[in-house]
Amino acid sequence: MIYLILIFFLLILMLGAAVYAVVQKDLLYAVIATGVISLVLTAIFYMLQAPDVALTEAAIGVALTTIIFLITIRNTKRYEDDYNKKDNLKSPLK
Amino acid sequence: MKKFLVILILAVLGFHLFAAFSGLGFGVTRFEKGVKDFYLEKTVSELHVANTVTSIVVNFRGFDTLGEVTVLFLAVSAMGGILYKRRHHAGDRSVLFSSSSIVRSGSKLLFPAIILLGVYIFIHGHLSPGGGFQGGAIIATGFLLMLIAYENFSVSHNTLSYIESFAGIFFVVIGLLGFMNGGTFLQNFLPAGILNNLFSGGVIGIIYVMVGFKVAAELTGLIYTILHEKD
Repeated sequence: MIYLILIFFLLILMLGAAVYAVVQKDLLYAVIATGVISLVLTAIFYMLQAPDVALTEAAIGVALTTIIFLITIRNTKRYEDDYNKKDNLKSPLK
Repeated sequence: MKKFLVILILAVLGFHLFAAFSGLGFGVTRFEKGVKDFYLEKTVSELHVANTVTSIVVNFRGFDTLGEVTVLFLAVSAMGGILYKRRHHAGDRSVLFSSSSIVRSGSKLLFPAIILLGVYIFIHGHLSPGGGFQGGAIIATGFLLMLIAYENFSVSHNTLSYIESFAGIFFVVIGLLGFMNGGTFLQNFLPAGILNNLFSGGVIGIIYVMVGFKVAAELTGLIYTILHEKD
């Protein structure tokens, strides 16, 4: 029973992070949210007795993809629209 | 003349591919009850491998793994080809932010442990969860940590490509040795050993070590190329 509750909690957390990543205008936060999706997915894979897939997801999804997106954001721009260009200049990544 | 030659080679290749594939009956059920029972039974009784996933991925479906590794190789090569022009400016790296001393000492402390974990995972691929791809990805994560923490930490691109090429060639050579000894590509020709021992499962251990080296070199090279891309 507690297993079922935990897995539902993780699924809701994953869904929330996914919605946040889509809605968020600040791309840095959106990338971190996609990293959270991968992290929660790792736990779900482990609970569903697929440790091989969980290891891959942890290494590729959480670390490598997030960092590649971060480098991409650093080389392009941080915000989705051009409204807050002043903040764009002040961002710590620039 | 050159074009004519290319067309001729393509025609010969096409003819033989068609001849090979025209005999296959697509959509015909060839297995009455599926192959899962076969895999589950043979993994322990014949191959003496503790991890069924590994035995399917490397032994029964080893050719698919070779294709998977080739896909990764092509993707990384294409990436390097696109970003090739800018790599000649040696020394300038797009630094995310200058790292603090905590990050520097922490990553220096963690780096050997991460490498050890990755090596452990791909050496014990046939005993515990994980394998070549997972171990290689973890090793690449360790190099990523060092590349981000230290601005002047660098890896040799030539060494990486030598490791990658050697591992890929070795994988294919082991597959071809199966032709000479057993009869099919990637057939197991080494003794199966004792279940749950490190030296068990025949060629699975060797192939997974090679896959681990290959994936680690490819992903490290990928990150290195992206970090040095600057405009």
